[in-house]
Order: sequence, then C-alpha cells, then structure tokens
Amino acid sequence: MSVKDRVIAIIAEQAVLEPSDVTMDSTLEDLGIDSLGLVESIFAIEEAFDITVPFNANAPDQSDFDISSVGSIIAGIEKLISEQVS
Amino acid sequence: MKRVVITGAGTINALGRNVSETLEAMREGRCGISDLEFRDVERLAIRIGGQIKGYHPEEVFNRQQMVLYDRFTQFALLAAREAVAQSGLEFHGELADRAGVVLGTSGGGLITQDENYRSVYEEGKNRVHPFVVPKLMNNAAASHVSMEMNLRGPTFTVATACASSNHAMGLAFQMVRSGASTVMVTGGSESMLCFGGVKAWEGLRVMSKDACRPFSANRNGMVQGEGAGVYVFEDYEHARDRGAEILAEVVGFAMTSDASDIVMPSKQGAARAITGALRDGGIAAEEVGYINAHGTGTAANDKTECAAVADALGAQADRVMISSTKAMHGHCIGGTGAIELLACIMALRDGIVAPTIGYEEPDAECALDVVPNVAREVQVSTVLSNAFAFGGLNAVLALRRAS
Repeated sequence: MSVKDRVIAIIAEQAVLEPSDVTMDSTLEDLGIDSLGLVESIFAIEEAFDITVPFNANAPDQSDFDISSVGSIIAGIEKLISEQVS
Repeated sequence: MKRVVITGAGTINALGRNVSETLEAMREGRCGISDLEFRDVERLAIRIGGQIKGYHPEEVFNRQQMVLYDRFTQFALLAAREAVAQSGLEFHGELADRAGVVLGTSGGGLITQDENYRSVYEEGKNRVHPFVVPKLMNNAAASHVSMEMNLRGPTFTVATACASSNHAMGLAFQMVRSGASTVMVTGGSESMLCFGGVKAWEGLRVMSKDACRPFSANRNGMVQGEGAGVYVFEDYEHARDRGAEILAEVVGFAMTSDASDIVMPSKQGAARAITGALRDGGIAAEEVGYINAHGTGTAANDKTECAAVADALGAQADRVMISSTKAMHGHCIGGTGAIELLACIMALRDGIVAPTIGYEEPDAECALDVVPNVAREVQVSTVLSNAFAFGGLNAVLALRRAS
C-alpha cells in the first residue's frame, strides 16, 4: 500500500468513513475530525511510518506541518519519510 | 453559617521552599522553570518543567518515612508543617476530633508507580518493595498529614485533575462553614515529573518545549510543575478567640461541570463557576479586584477563560486584574490551585499582584489586564482563584481581605 493509501486508511478509520469518501482536498473538519481526533490520527501516522510529526495542538498554524487538507498531510508525511531515509 | 478564615499557609514548589521564598519570587516575577533532571529525560521531546531542584528528602525524613513517602506525600507534609506551625494550632482532644484533612492530587504516587513498573517490566524483576501500594495511593498524603498532626476528623483526597486542590479547598471551606469541622488542613500536592508522567502528557501535544506564556499571542502550550500548597482553614470565632493571625477570609466557592468534552474547555461552564462563587459569597462583580487565572498557556484555555471572565464579570472585566503564575512555577496539576492561592493571599494582605511573566504579544482573544511581566502594587479587597480541569470540571474560590 502506498503512503497515500495508508494515510487515507488511518484518517478514514478515525472519521468512521470508507477510504473512498476521503479525498485529497477534504479538510479534517469536512470529515468530522476534531482536535482530539487529529492528535489521535497523528499518533497513528507516527506509529505506522515510525516518524515524528512536528505538531503542537496549541499552534497548529505555526507547526512545521500543514494540516489544512488530506493532501497537505500526505505531502508532509512523504517529506518526513524521505528526510528520515536520507 | 460560620465564617471561615485562613490562619496558616505552607508550600514547596519550584519558586521556593516555603511561603516567604515563593512570594518573594512571585513579586520579582522570577521563573522557576528549567531543564528537567531525571532518568531517561533524553527520550522525551518535552524537557522543561517547574522542577524542585536541590531537594534532598533524606535530610528531612528518616529511613522509615522515606520508604512510605512518595515525593507528593513529602511535599504535602512539608507544606502542612509550615501551615500548621504558622497557625499555632495543636490538635488534642475535641479539637483533634473536629479537625480533618482534604487534599487534592491528580497523579498521587505517580513516581512510585513509574519506578516500580520500570523495575518489573523493563528490568524484569519479579519482586517489588512491600510498601508500594501504601506509598502510591492517592490518599497517602492526606493520611500522613492526618497522622503527623493528629487530625482525627474527616480526611480524604479529591482527584479532579487540574482542579483537584480547588475542589479540595472548596470542600474544606464548606465543612468549616457548615460547622461540621472546626479546622480543616487543605490544599493539594503533585509530583508527576518523571519519565512516564511527562511522556503521557507529551502525547496530547499541548506541552510547550520552551516556555509557558499565558495570554500571550505567541503562547504554545503548558509547562508542568510540581509541589504542594497547604492551608489551615479555621472557624473565624475559634481563630478570633485564640487571637490567631488571620491571613484572609474564604467567602465563596462554586463548582460546575461543562458536561461537554473531555479536554476542550467550555466558556459557559467556567462562567457559571465564577458567577456561582460570587453568588455563594454575596459578592458584587464590582468588588472583584484580582483573579488568579487558571491560565495554562494553551491556546484553548486562555481564550476560553478570558471569554468566561468577560461574561461573568461584565463591565468589571475591563477593570479587574487577572494573572497566571503558572509561567513561574509551572502547572502543578492537582496541587496547582493551592500553590496559586498564595498569589491571592499576597494580593489581599500585601497589596501586591503577581505578574503573568513570559508575556510577549497581546492577543485580541485575551484582551484583559493580565498584569504582564511585572508585579503591581494595588490594594484589593476581594479576589477569585480559577481552576478548570480536563474532564470539564470547574472550581472557583472567592477570598476577602481579613477584617
């Protein structure tokens, strides 16, 4: 499974939706994921890819990690994975 | 209904080993937050806290005591000794039977749990010290205070996360006011600064890596502290008849539940607790000169708290001073309200309002007088102390200057 598919699966599980309902331009709000759900999703992503996501719930805009859409989250994770490999 | 006064205060926290050292640090706006020191700290992302440094319990407690006293119990005992000594009370006979202890804590003997889980899980040991259970239990601190001081009346522990000690002091107030007890030793104690304790908090992603900056637009989370605050709450007539020095009068208390979310605070729940405390104490909003804020330095708490104060106090919200001392001693969780009550007593007795240090940028959502960075000399007659806990549990105390 690709990074994209695995992230979508994690987000879909959190939102109690089918992966097909999660699109790249969906926002977490669209999917009904609140702040606790977001923190839980990031934990699941960190565990799945063995990475550390720089996210502070107090300052999501200032965190070096864009959570504005599913697409931006996937892009951020792909970047973190590549940085970790290199 | 009895009047309830405070006749003794004690503390130990990152700012000082007693009340006078702590108040001096609060007046000077000193920061007690520093690099955490304990085993495995290098495996944490969050490495700062209001840790009590240079503390050697074996210099204060003997071997038999050390095997029974978790750090949170030690802190409670040290603070209780200071408070009871200041009150001048000795508990014998009928007074001992009419005096009790109610203390707040959230984690109880968390360090004892952490050390012993490590021992059996990580180190594979199959045997633990026989006193692990009496050392880690949440009521250990209250029980040891009761034993050491001979307090034989109602004694128990309250655990409502960050509001624990305000709930504890509120219950102690109600018990003395109703006549159920003549004296209550009350406050709270916490000591969660260990690998497992901080690791658990890290998971929520609400902790700051650099500083606690309540109400500042660039705040980025809470910083944990440790310590205890303990007070002697006494029936006013009993205190007056024995000529005791009165530090302040406790006049009102209210508690509410948001009944909405396990971590996100609610403006309505907090505002109802504030208005409830005013009503309970027969206090007009215009009388409130200072509020010791919950002020955790998280995005969610500080804006919700300011909105709640604005709702509850109306026009007076633009005149009241509100500061969070957590930027100095850290968030001492179940002991925090008790340590922060010292700032309330200082405002009433000394006319000095503790500052919110670390304040760098105004936030339009926290547009109250937060006493930024520098303490202020102002006479106030009535103050509030806010505590709003995870779980949506709110507890607000109201105090007046001794008269």
